[in-house]
Amino acid sequence: MIPGSFSYHRPSSVAEAVGLLAKLGDDGRALAGGHSLIPMMKLRLAEPAHLVDLAGIADLKGIRLDGNDIVIGAMTTQHDLIGSDLLGAKIPILRETSLLIADPQVRYVGTLGGNVANGDPGNDMPAVMLCLNATYHVTGKAGERRIAAREFYQGAYFTALEAGDVLTAVRIPVPPAGHGSAYEKLKRKIGDYATAAAAVVLTMSGGKVATCSIGLTNVAETPLWAEEAAKILVGSTLDAATVKKAVAAAEAITAPASDARGPAHYRTKMAGVMLTRALGRAKAKARG
Amino acid sequence: MAKSHIKMTVNGKVVEELVEPRTLLIYFLREQLMLTGPHIGCETSHCGACTVDLNGKSVKSCTMFAVQADGADIRTIEGMANADGTLHALQEGFREMHGLQCGFCTPGMITRAYRLLQENKNPSEEEIRYGISGNLCRCTGYQNIVKAIQYAAAKLSGVPFQEAAE
Repeated sequence: MIPGSFSYHRPSSVAEAVGLLAKLGDDGRALAGGHSLIPMMKLRLAEPAHLVDLAGIADLKGIRLDGNDIVIGAMTTQHDLIGSDLLGAKIPILRETSLLIADPQVRYVGTLGGNVANGDPGNDMPAVMLCLNATYHVTGKAGERRIAAREFYQGAYFTALEAGDVLTAVRIPVPPAGHGSAYEKLKRKIGDYATAAAAVVLTMSGGKVATCSIGLTNVAETPLWAEEAAKILVGSTLDAATVKKAVAAAEAITAPASDARGPAHYRTKMAGVMLTRALGRAKAKARG
Repeated sequence: MAKSHIKMTVNGKVVEELVEPRTLLIYFLREQLMLTGPHIGCETSHCGACTVDLNGKSVKSCTMFAVQADGADIRTIEGMANADGTLHALQEGFREMHGLQCGFCTPGMITRAYRLLQENKNPSEEEIRYGISGNLCRCTGYQNIVKAIQYAAAKLSGVPFQEAAE
């Protein structure tokens, strides 16, 4: 499996990378960790004439607190996310999700930016970003702009990114202290994409759900933000009847493909099971 | 396509070569440097037979271009033995605990386990199994691979390993 020929570029700044990508147009592709793009190139499903490797840009790495947000550079690897004490304390669902992505070798190289920008419905981080209401920092020909994760995904491999754009960072509002969260992923084996997965972030007050957000992975052409399901749960104690209603609302927005991971109706039901489990675990972790 | 000039340290030796950008690191190691210890198994980043240690990380060299490794410090199974030629504790462990049958996965297993033990000197059985979850073995059922890594962890900590191979 030999990829097609290409020219390799290794810019040292975002401006240089954006300039190159703008000049190259459709012939250029940005390369992050490469663990989605290189397999596609080996299969000749992607044949860029130019690869612009972002690995040499120091500004794209690192995790920092900025006011009430955490800002994570696009080239920060899954391994870095797992090892971050700041994230472990403030947004533990990220560590939990990273640990369910691929395998150790892939996590050393695979990046958060690549995972969210790729547009593959099988990627795990996008649904978590919808759940957390993250914003993506994007730099293009016209400068920097910010795009809400909830408005970013348009179809399988189609996103709000335009030719020449580089996703430089992910900005996540820190959920309130005492929140509970969970990412539940059903997969056939280590390294597999989800048959279905659910992300939950909630807060409790007086034994009732005060706020709730839900994301679903790999049960539609895009990651899903299950807004209606979450609304049903607010004000409840997460009693069985209300959870059942919310799960039905979440299942109703899924439209999975039938493939080797199972027929569509099975994957829809598994999304419901993952959501039920994630709600239970998130509640157990929440204070209040 | 113009070739790129790359320079890196492989098993302690500086190498400088010209490569096509599309050359995957595993082909560069095997066919240009003649380091055939890292194996080509699935070539789809699942099996881990091509694992090498790169800048303190275990990576699958079938899913990286050699040009991306420009400037890197790489260790393969060929660089695992001790300076005096004696076996590394992991190599000894795989021999003593019968951690291989056909041997195809072994270089990747040992190279991955090397980094695992650098990060966690005394891993539990569960941590070992999770730590090598990116490496597939089709012969052993993993029992003796886990024991081989436990053997090495014990030896490197100066403790004798009591269990026998299965």
